[in-house]
Amino acid sequence: MYFLIFKLPYFQIFKLTKMAYSEKVIDHYSNPKNVGTLDKSKKNVGTGLVGAPECGDVMRLQIEVDDATGVITDAKFKTFGCGSAIASSSLATEWLKGKTVDQAVQIDNMDLVEELNLPPVKIHCSVLAEDAIKSAINDYRKKNGLEELVFEEKIH
Amino acid sequence: MLKLPIYLDNNATTPMDPRVLEAMIPYFTEHFGNAASRNHPFGWEAEEAVDYAREQVAKLIGADPKEIIFTSGATEGDNLGIKGVYEMYASKGNHIITCTTEHKAVLDTCKHIERTGGEVTYLEVKADGLIDLKELEAAIKPTTILIAIMYANNEIGVIQPVKEISTIAKKHGVLFFSDAVQAVGKIPVDVNKDGIDIMAFTAHKMYGPKGIGALYVRRKNPRVKVTAQMDGGGHERGMRSGTLNVPGIVGFGKACELARLEMAEDAARLSILRDKLENALTQIEETYVNGNREHRLPHVANISFKYVEGEGLLMGFNKNIALSSGSACTSASLEPSYVLKALGLGDDLAHSSLRFGLGRFTTEEQIDYTIKSVSETVLKLREMSPLWEMFKEGVDIDKIEWAHH
Ligand SMILES: Cc1ncc(COP(=O)(O)O)c(C=O)c1O
Ligand code: FES
Repeated sequence: MYFLIFKLPYFQIFKLTKMAYSEKVIDHYSNPKNVGTLDKSKKNVGTGLVGAPECGDVMRLQIEVDDATGVITDAKFKTFGCGSAIASSSLATEWLKGKTVDQAVQIDNMDLVEELNLPPVKIHCSVLAEDAIKSAINDYRKKNGLEELVFEEKIH
Repeated sequence: MLKLPIYLDNNATTPMDPRVLEAMIPYFTEHFGNAASRNHPFGWEAEEAVDYAREQVAKLIGADPKEIIFTSGATEGDNLGIKGVYEMYASKGNHIITCTTEHKAVLDTCKHIERTGGEVTYLEVKADGLIDLKELEAAIKPTTILIAIMYANNEIGVIQPVKEISTIAKKHGVLFFSDAVQAVGKIPVDVNKDGIDIMAFTAHKMYGPKGIGALYVRRKNPRVKVTAQMDGGGHERGMRSGTLNVPGIVGFGKACELARLEMAEDAARLSILRDKLENALTQIEETYVNGNREHRLPHVANISFKYVEGEGLLMGFNKNIALSSGSACTSASLEPSYVLKALGLGDDLAHSSLRFGLGRFTTEEQIDYTIKSVSETVLKLREMSPLWEMFKEGVDIDKIEWAHH
């Protein structure tokens, strides 16, 4: 009997971790897609670096665009942040590949929230990913002589 | 075989020692009496058990049993000790000195006192987490009635210079309160040698049950009194009303006795394991130990793994290892640990910290597993960290203009 009671706290810890992250977040965290770096000196590569170390989250997202078609042929990320931030950026890179730049602009952070089942306290992690996408797109546009797009600020 | 998950969060709470549980069980059923029932055997039994436990508790800290006031835990002890002195000694003054790295139970009690017209000085700590004794002495003024400085810190484990603090307090005729939650039962604490006048501690951090603690209140040289914070039947010499939690008190007593007998051995064993863990993890590039390493609890290590974020790091192994992080994202607030920030750590390092709290049931096998898991996760996340890449390329991260939200 002592044995059983003694075990209880461990069991509860286990349950808590299972509740805190969705399967999909755990999956992206464990097997992140598209971690890496693209050559930012290339004209058809757009880089977005958002967040700040002091806030506990920094995300860098890059896209490589086929100039002729406007299609994103490759996307890579590196993220300093919590599991949800890592999962958001990993998923974002997956979604970006194969989309045109114009389609990519439409990606909304709430799509990430829905797909990853993020709880309310983790919404800002998805906002960061959306910001990173937009910032990468603007970097690409700037490099290619296009006007930067103006986006509405999302609340973090 | 190694059983998972591993518990390394013993600063938050400790598992109860099965011997403590065994001592408690009869007091739930067979000996259920109210210790205040003076006129029948049920009450006598309960009172006897409480008296015995009071001796066990007192003995651990070198006190007289009459100086032990049972409380519901250290949060209550901190409130009763500080507010109780503030009210009792109102005619002598209204100034309290504490420090910025105290537990919330002390800091928020002090905030409350400020709102009711008291004055509080919050001493900053040095980069190693210890207070500056000269600053302490300089902060004392004619209206100072209390110095409230913790014995050992819950996040980084540093041990404050308690004896020196009490010498200063005595010299100026000021009372000395200490929140000794993390120290009692782990390292030798003696209220007379240490010169402590009022001290709060709690059973659940020393292998006892939750919901029971004690406030030590000195009876001689000087005789200290605290104003009760709850009205009622006048239990515990009028300082803390409420029917005594007899099973809890019995368990607390047993936990104190075990600690007194086994503390030296536990501490020696745990400091070896802690050092093994710390030495192995600090082999990883860009890792930093937080807090003074010499004046520190033997079973605690707080380490920052630069360029990886604490919560992301925890996620790599928290199914298997229970740890806590100073990162904001793990707690409800968005600010990283105020204790680490008080040491002057940048937010980035505070976000990157893990607290390891070893305990009586920690084994070497568990430590080996932890070293491996944590190291692997740190390396994996650094491969994923843009900051690590910049660091490796020689980019000065502090010079980048980050967009702050
Ligand atoms: C230093 C310190 N003081 C006070 C407390 C509160 O103790 P309790 O949980 O018994 O109220 C804790 C534990 O969280 C602590 O670490
Ligand atoms: S990055 Fe802060 S909670 Fe996700």
